[in-house]
Order: sequence, then C-alpha cells, then structure tokens
Amino acid sequence: MSILDTESERLLAAVRDLLAQKGIASATEIADRIAVTDAANPGQGARMVAKAWVDPAYRARMLQDGTKAAEEVGIPMRGMPPLGVLEDTADQHNLVVCTLCSCYPRAVLGYPPFWYKSSAYRARAVRDPRGLLASEWKTVIPATVKLRVVDSTADYRWMVLPLRPAGTDGWTEAQLAGIVREGDMIGVTIPAVR
Amino acid sequence: MFGPGDDVLVKNDWPERRGPAHIRTPYYVRGVRGKVVRHLGDFPNPEDLAFGRPADARPLYHVAFDRHAIWQEPAGDDELLVEIFGHWLERP
Repeated sequence: MSILDTESERLLAAVRDLLAQKGIASATEIADRIAVTDAANPGQGARMVAKAWVDPAYRARMLQDGTKAAEEVGIPMRGMPPLGVLEDTADQHNLVVCTLCSCYPRAVLGYPPFWYKSSAYRARAVRDPRGLLASEWKTVIPATVKLRVVDSTADYRWMVLPLRPAGTDGWTEAQLAGIVREGDMIGVTIPAVR
Repeated sequence: MFGPGDDVLVKNDWPERRGPAHIRTPYYVRGVRGKVVRHLGDFPNPEDLAFGRPADARPLYHVAFDRHAIWQEPAGDDELLVEIFGHWLERP
C-alpha cells in the first residue's frame, strides 16, 4: 500500500479541504507555514545569540522581548507564541524543559531534538538537573552557580542566552554564531571554542 | 492580580479526577508554595480552549519554586521557574 493510501493521509486531506472550504486556511497559507516551519533551524537562534554578544543594546532588547529581537534579524515570528529569553550569568545557568509535552522555541531553533520529548529528559530535568547534565552531556554546573530549570508549561517559548566563551575576543558575529549549538540555547551544553 | 515578589500557593486541585480536563499546571507544583517573578501577559484559558469552548483571557505568571519545596533532596539554592495561570494561584 502506498503512503498516500493510509488512513492518516486521507484524514489530513479531508481536514485540509474543510479548512479551505470554510475559509479558515487556504492551501497556499498551509504551504507557506510548512515552508517557514521547515526553514527554522538552530542557526537562527545562534545568530541572535552572537549579535547579543557583540551588541549590548540588542542584548537588552532581546532580554526584554525575544519576539521583536528575532524579527529584527529577519526571523518570521507571525503567528508564533511569544519568545522569552533567559540570560545566563556568572551566577546563574538556565535549563529549558517542557514536562507536560514538547513546547519548544521552534521559530528560532527549528524542530526539537529527539530526546527533548523523551519522558526521561522531562522527568530528570526537574528532579535531578545537575545529575542529568553531568551524565548525559558532561556539562558540570559549578556548585557556586545557581541552576534555574524553566518548565515551559503554557503560552511562552523559551531560549537560553548563554555566556560568551573565553578565547573569542575580536571574533565577528558570523564566527561567534558558528560555535553556538542547539544544546547551548536549551541549556544542556555550554558554548566553547573547539 | 499578583505582582513580582508575591508569595503564592498553587491550588492542590485535581480536575483530572472529575472528568476530561486539559491542565497546564504540572502535578509536581500543586499544593506547593512559590514566588511570583512577573506577569507574562494574558492568554486564553487553555482549559476551555482545548475543548473548543469560548476561552476568556487569564493572567499568566512566571512563578519560582525552591527545589527543596518540591523534592527533599540536596539542591543548593536551585530553583524551578514555571508558567502558571492566575486562577491556579492563592495567597498562602
């Protein structure tokens, strides 16, 4: 049987037809949204982080309103949930999880990594975050640094603005963006010069 | 309405036991004391939205919880920050 003959594909086609017939969403609008969703990737969030590292005024705007800061660098945010930005400091590290399901800042990071939705990550992130980071990512948060776990439970989406690593003085924004990984913006890893 | 720094108690309520429900308040904070960090905005009540019912806008807060208050395990001053709707919060 072809995949186009499956129940789920027929159901999808029926829902699409109904959305168009009722004037809720046209085929073009659905295609546009799929294109925007597929185009989103961690490189977009990395560009925001790099800009915040070199431009204090942008950093302030990003912490105030992540959605506007994303739009400022050309990331489409229309119809997306509001984006909040969590600032890492020398005294505090942030870790994002969604214990209820899979809330994730897709507009700026793309599809979540497979483990983000796993029961194990969701449970351990709130119960034993330091142990989770150390055992799965070799990320050791010093005892002097407070760990703040942000459970993304409702209408906001959250990304982490990590600390700029040592050894990057004089780097361009593009060079800096190149070292920011998906995990750095979730808080499971820390940007480093490799 | 609550403001930054207000002490709050999450309702120890379990609507799931009374019938179909869509609740955005995690189990582990129900009945736990926390502190309001800030008002994030007003959003349609997901408990109605999920069932296609008219949903009025409700205030959503970022509430910080001491991890000690939830799990009695050594955790320094680590905290949990959770989005919770105003109708789930009481003054302790």
